[in-house]
Amino acid sequence: MKIGALKEGFEGEARVAVTPSSAGHLMKLGHEVFVESGAGARAGFSDDSYRAAGVTVLPSAAELIRSVDVVAKVRQPSEAEIGQMQPGQTLISFFYPAQNSELLAQAKEQGITAIAMDMVPRISRAQKMDALSSMANIAGYRAVIEAANNFGRFFTGQVTAAGKVPPAKVLVVGAGVAGLASIGTAVSLGAQVYAFDVRPEVAEQIESMGAEFVYLDFEEAQDGAATGGYAAPSSPEFREKQLAKFRELAPQMDVVITTALIPGRDAPKLWTRDMVEAMKPGSVIVDLAAERGGNCELTIPDERHVTENGVTIIGYTDFPSRMGAQASELYGNNVRHFMADLTPKKDGVIQHNMEDDVIRGATVTRDHDVTWPPPPPKIAAIAAQKPKEKKRELTVEERRAAEVAAFKAETRSQVTLLVAGALVLLVIGAVAPASFMAHFIVFVLACFIGFRVIWNVAHSLHTPLMAITNAISSIIILGALMQIGSGSWWVVLLGALAVLMAGVNIFGGFLVTRRMLAMFQKS
Amino acid sequence: MEYGFTTAAYVVAAVLFILSLGGLSGQESAKRAIWYGIAGMALAVLATLIGPGAGNWLLSIIMIAIGGAIGWVVAKRVQMTEMPQLVAAMHSLVGLAAVFVGFNAQIELARVLRAKAEPGVHVFQGFAAVLANKTPAEIAMLKIEVFLGIFIGAVTFTGSVVAFGKLAGRVDGKPRKLPGGHMLNAGALGLSILLGILYCAGVGPAILWLILITLLAFFIGYHLIMGIGGADMPVVVSMLNSYSGWAAAAIGFTLGNDLLIVVGALVGSSGAILSYIMCKAMNRNFVSVILGGFGGEAGPAAEITGEQIAIDAEGVAAALNDADSVIIVPGYGMAVAQAQGAVSELTRKLRAAGKTVRFAIHPVAGRLPGHMNVLLAEAKVPYDIVLEMDEINEDFPSTDVVIVIGSNDIVNPAAQDDPNSPIAGMPVLEVWKAKQVFVSKRGQGTGYSGIENPLFFKENTRMFYGDAKDSLNKLLPMID
Repeated sequence: MKIGALKEGFEGEARVAVTPSSAGHLMKLGHEVFVESGAGARAGFSDDSYRAAGVTVLPSAAELIRSVDVVAKVRQPSEAEIGQMQPGQTLISFFYPAQNSELLAQAKEQGITAIAMDMVPRISRAQKMDALSSMANIAGYRAVIEAANNFGRFFTGQVTAAGKVPPAKVLVVGAGVAGLASIGTAVSLGAQVYAFDVRPEVAEQIESMGAEFVYLDFEEAQDGAATGGYAAPSSPEFREKQLAKFRELAPQMDVVITTALIPGRDAPKLWTRDMVEAMKPGSVIVDLAAERGGNCELTIPDERHVTENGVTIIGYTDFPSRMGAQASELYGNNVRHFMADLTPKKDGVIQHNMEDDVIRGATVTRDHDVTWPPPPPKIAAIAAQKPKEKKRELTVEERRAAEVAAFKAETRSQVTLLVAGALVLLVIGAVAPASFMAHFIVFVLACFIGFRVIWNVAHSLHTPLMAITNAISSIIILGALMQIGSGSWWVVLLGALAVLMAGVNIFGGFLVTRRMLAMFQKS
Repeated sequence: MEYGFTTAAYVVAAVLFILSLGGLSGQESAKRAIWYGIAGMALAVLATLIGPGAGNWLLSIIMIAIGGAIGWVVAKRVQMTEMPQLVAAMHSLVGLAAVFVGFNAQIELARVLRAKAEPGVHVFQGFAAVLANKTPAEIAMLKIEVFLGIFIGAVTFTGSVVAFGKLAGRVDGKPRKLPGGHMLNAGALGLSILLGILYCAGVGPAILWLILITLLAFFIGYHLIMGIGGADMPVVVSMLNSYSGWAAAAIGFTLGNDLLIVVGALVGSSGAILSYIMCKAMNRNFVSVILGGFGGEAGPAAEITGEQIAIDAEGVAAALNDADSVIIVPGYGMAVAQAQGAVSELTRKLRAAGKTVRFAIHPVAGRLPGHMNVLLAEAKVPYDIVLEMDEINEDFPSTDVVIVIGSNDIVNPAAQDDPNSPIAGMPVLEVWKAKQVFVSKRGQGTGYSGIENPLFFKENTRMFYGDAKDSLNKLLPMID
């Protein structure tokens, strides 16, 4: 099959759907790769670098669309682009079918197969094609860089000869992919990072990135697993509590990065005007939700502006595009992983398997039919988390009481065992002859030593232990040796056989143990 | 020679044996420990040969030489994968030797008593001299000891022979019972105790009773072990190990030999501890393992959704080349496929590429306690990267790739997630927490316990079907 990447028509878009390196992987799948001339220029990939990778460069978009089977793009296609496509051709790009019903209808009319990279289901197997995640990751990183660029101070704390500099305090609202990327970047710049999310189960992830989870004491915590790992709208009471917490934090924070989005809705307003007014002059707000109206009330999409009290609010919507090379690299990889799933035999023949959860989920039109929204995937995205039971902290007295009780119970069981054992011994002693008791003492002590010694044996040496105990258990040879010299020929015969068998065991056991032990080597 | 000298030699030998077992606490000290054991054994045999009570030197030495030669050849030839059956076979020899020594004791006792009943002065030699000096109470005790020694020895003998057959694949590994099941065992046990009482009380022909007891014990050993399945063999083999020790201790009492008692007790407790560790690792109690089969079903097992997804060598290689940390979980399947060499080569290549490679060993992996460690050591995998379950279980979440080679139940998440699973509560290696899991397996069958393994259906699991050795050899050239 022939795959071609178009040059992005959208103003200021720097990304490209196929890079020279992803083209190499696509060719390994048996495909031929084309790009429109200049498609990678803004991401730093020249036409020559494509040619060097074996890609055919075509001069115009029209010619490209004519000569390929699969058209790859980053941004959603324009009407003109879809209009040039032929029935049976495949389009891979972001599509946002929920917001673009007209485009969807046009794609259906045209009879093309449209694959929306934003509709790839969120299951582990599809992570490598999850373009939303890879773009969000870049956005999260870039948000911190933009904030640092607009923040007139260090992120990291320093003690210099000229004076002490406190570390910047960063609050990240929403710990999705972008939020976590922001946390990681801000932490590595040395800032003190706080993070908030409505899903309490992400607290662990937040803490693993080095931030402090802003804990909200609220009964009715929601379970993100039911919504495919995304956040769901919260109740008014919860929202009030949340805003109160933000109001409390606002004066302390130097940088606020908001990433809160709920699928299919406008961004929730979480950072209100009064919070902005409460912030220190020079503080920075980066609103990653600007495209959907913004989490901050004062955000102006696509713009950076400074409020009256000196707070910079950044509402850019093109963070991934601002890192064109990186974003293209990752998006290109997402696309080629998707192509790998479409060509399972690696023979360059696309098998559009609508039974496959991932392919089915991402396909929005096919054969003059709208196939969106897809049926729920066969596999639940994330296993439902069991509510974690909070462990009650024991007070000092309680703990001490528990310890004393445990000690008493242990003493009791030990004493009981000892008394019972002693009684049994006394009974035996009352009946058995003295010579037996002498041997019995030896026996009991040997058992004791045995238990003590064997507990210390390394687990990895259990097989040698068995072989060696086997060898020494042929100490039974002593019995046979003592008997062999006395009495009838029956005794001699049985004794001789016993000696023979024990002899096999002694030599066999020790030798094989030695062989095994000699094999254990340290690296 | 004086009796005192022999006893002194026995004391030294006993100390040497204890040191020998104690030395197994670490790989390095173990290499020294084995020599303690050999020295102790040599000293004990020599002291007995030249001490009082021994006779017929020539025969003894010839027999030791023949036995030694056989043992030598076997030990040199045996493959490390055959270690479980070798250990089982050797247990059977100890068991049978104990039976013979027990019979001898009875024959001698009868002869001495007969001779003493006749008037005149008798001069007894060797073992008979010891018996001749016993009081009636001591003789009664002696008979109990003979009974115990023969009974335990006989159970050990047939039990080990069956275990050997199962481990060597000559007997079907599936649990099998005669009609009547455990009632047959209980009946045989009751009958032997009855005969034992008759024997001790001196009613009727003593030798006949002993022969009948031996036959019954043979049956118990055979039937008991036939009823236990292949994967429970670690417990069985360590149990038999323990029995062979107790048999030796019982014979030690019979002969009044302290060294036999000490060593018997050491071996007996060692086997008992190993059985305990194995049972704990399977979260089952000893009795239920020995009685065979799994406990009653608590309810329907949780249903498994999803599908098993296969992957080829190329995919595994790509993931391994991308990974930083790798954990390999070997199981009995690795031993069956003789894949330890290929595993070692894979480890060497991955480590040469600067990746962290470690092994996670479940206590009951394989058919013998510590089986996997020995196989990996044979293939020259350094022992310091081979870790126990408790040491490594925490590290799975931070691991990129886990390769499961021929193990099944020990990596089954149902043990933790599904309270109705037959193996619920068994400690398992939490491989599914790793970023990616590859399972090298012959086909889609279930493991020993017949339980479906939800691990194979997990999102991050890929099935790498085929013979473990062939699969790994296919993989090797693709690792760079």
